[in-house]
Amino acid sequence: MNEITPVKTKHLLSQQNMIILIVLGAFVAYPFFVSNYFIDIAFFFGTYALLGLSLNIVLGEVGLFDLGHAGFYAIGAYTTAILNTKFGIPILVLLPVSALAAALFAYLVCSPIIHLQGDYLLIVTLGLGEIVRLALINNPFDLTGGPNGVFGIDFPTLPGGFVIDSSIEFYFLIWIIVGASILGLTRLQNSRIGRAWNYIREDEIAASANGVNVKNYKLLAFVLGAALAGVAGNVYASKLMCVSPESFTFWESCLMFCIVLIGGMGSIPGVIIGAAFISLFPEIFRPFAMYRMLVFGSAMILMMMFRPGGVWPRKRGAVEFRSLIGTSRSKDA
Amino acid sequence: MEIFLEQLINGLTIGSFYALIALGYTMVYGVLKLINFAHGDFFTLGSYLGYTVLVFGSALITAHFGLWGALLLAMMIAAVSLALVGIIVERLAYRPVYPAGRLPAVVSALGASIFLQNAIMVIWGPRFQAYPSKLIPNAHLTIGDIHISLLQIIILLMSFILMGSLYYIVQKTTFGAAIRATALDRDTASLMGININKVILFVFTLGPALGAMTGIMVGMYYRQISFTMGWNYGLKAFTASVLGGIGNIPGAMIGGLILGVLEMLGAAYISAAWKDVFVFIILILVLIFRPTGLLGEKLAEKV
Repeated sequence: MNEITPVKTKHLLSQQNMIILIVLGAFVAYPFFVSNYFIDIAFFFGTYALLGLSLNIVLGEVGLFDLGHAGFYAIGAYTTAILNTKFGIPILVLLPVSALAAALFAYLVCSPIIHLQGDYLLIVTLGLGEIVRLALINNPFDLTGGPNGVFGIDFPTLPGGFVIDSSIEFYFLIWIIVGASILGLTRLQNSRIGRAWNYIREDEIAASANGVNVKNYKLLAFVLGAALAGVAGNVYASKLMCVSPESFTFWESCLMFCIVLIGGMGSIPGVIIGAAFISLFPEIFRPFAMYRMLVFGSAMILMMMFRPGGVWPRKRGAVEFRSLIGTSRSKDA
Repeated sequence: MEIFLEQLINGLTIGSFYALIALGYTMVYGVLKLINFAHGDFFTLGSYLGYTVLVFGSALITAHFGLWGALLLAMMIAAVSLALVGIIVERLAYRPVYPAGRLPAVVSALGASIFLQNAIMVIWGPRFQAYPSKLIPNAHLTIGDIHISLLQIIILLMSFILMGSLYYIVQKTTFGAAIRATALDRDTASLMGININKVILFVFTLGPALGAMTGIMVGMYYRQISFTMGWNYGLKAFTASVLGGIGNIPGAMIGGLILGVLEMLGAAYISAAWKDVFVFIILILVLIFRPTGLLGEKLAEKV
């Protein structure tokens, strides 16, 4: 995936590019062959993929246990909902605003707790997520609409006056955002920041001894993760046209946690697979009716028994090592 | 003042629920470093089993053993069954995942939780179930202006007896020393001849059994149980165990009681709607200043 070997010259039609093209083609063609119902399922798959990618920054790349990620998601969704319904600001303008709001929130609340370790960080983020949800229910300043939430959110309008309102258009909106995020995050993984994050995950003390500013890098992960969750919240709010606190429960945070772990920590293709599992599995097993969640629970356990590192674990070490040899060889030649 | 004292008693009652559930979390965490997300559902399952015994067997049992006998029997049946469920869940869902590290076990625990919760829904149905209402005579103890119901006294007595005996086992007996040693350092403990599997078996029988008994007490106290209540109580109890310092058994008891009292005082003096927010803010503040909880030991950074 993240091949940086200089020895191998890249052909436009290499095997890897072919696979990417086929997957892309499948994604583009999919909505033209299925009913709206299945397009909507794929839309929610995309939302979970985006949420999984956002939590993957915090949990997968840096190894910070964040079990309150739904809080950031909620901040993004409610920012969009409130600003749109009260002031009529267009949804697409609110997309970066929601990201910024969630990021700012993450910065403010995570700064004092960033020194906490492991499970203590987990419970504090869990608490933050719950505080956000409870605050939304309690309707502060008459903004959030209490348990009912906010209604009547607009559809996104593109600059030319084109309104995104059908299932298929939302499908493309979310997957274009997911695609852009994947591109960006893949670049980030191989950057100085990505390496610093992984260093912190593997050995925090060694990282700080080598001059990595642990606190700032951890905060950066939270801020970026929250921003991406805020984007997901924005799209989700305009798709459903309403937001309510019950969409942002502790359970939602748990699902995101599972997406990252089922896929493989720090692995971008893994996260997509994890999101597919979480969002498609209950749909596929709908015929089982009330037993489907029993199957779902057992599948999660079985998954962890047979693929404890995730479905598609990240093989970072191998790639780096090979590329290192590659560079020295190319220098010799 | 009456309000304060009455809320204090209410808080202690709820707090003892949290404390008893928190013990299950903290014991498992101490030994395995695993957050047992299924524990809240053990508690729910216990509550439902107790409900079944009390509703369907009550006429028969009360005829033979009397009211208290029926209650005790329901508690025993729930506790023993949940101890078995605890062992089964540990064998099937957790043991195969241990070698892979801590995080896969979290997913496995969540999976077990979903499974149990939905199994309860399939068996007893998705609607609320009402506990029989006239189990405990509706008597009050009045001291000055404060009214304490008989039910509260029974619950408090029972939980303090349970916590006291657990405290005794863990702090004063040889086996308790083995549990504490395992919690401190599993590898070294096993080198010292401690049978780790026995300790694991112990925490996975006693934790769910305590949870089941709490489930029945909660059912009697609120008269209403639902298959999703494990999440809420589990969340609070887990919070309580972290507040006290996770892995620390007296810490879980104190954390639970403090949490319950804070919640009730918050509801009385600040706002009922914001009580949980208040609780979580206190938790966060405690952890900011004491990052390992109230009774947790200072962790040396591993190099």
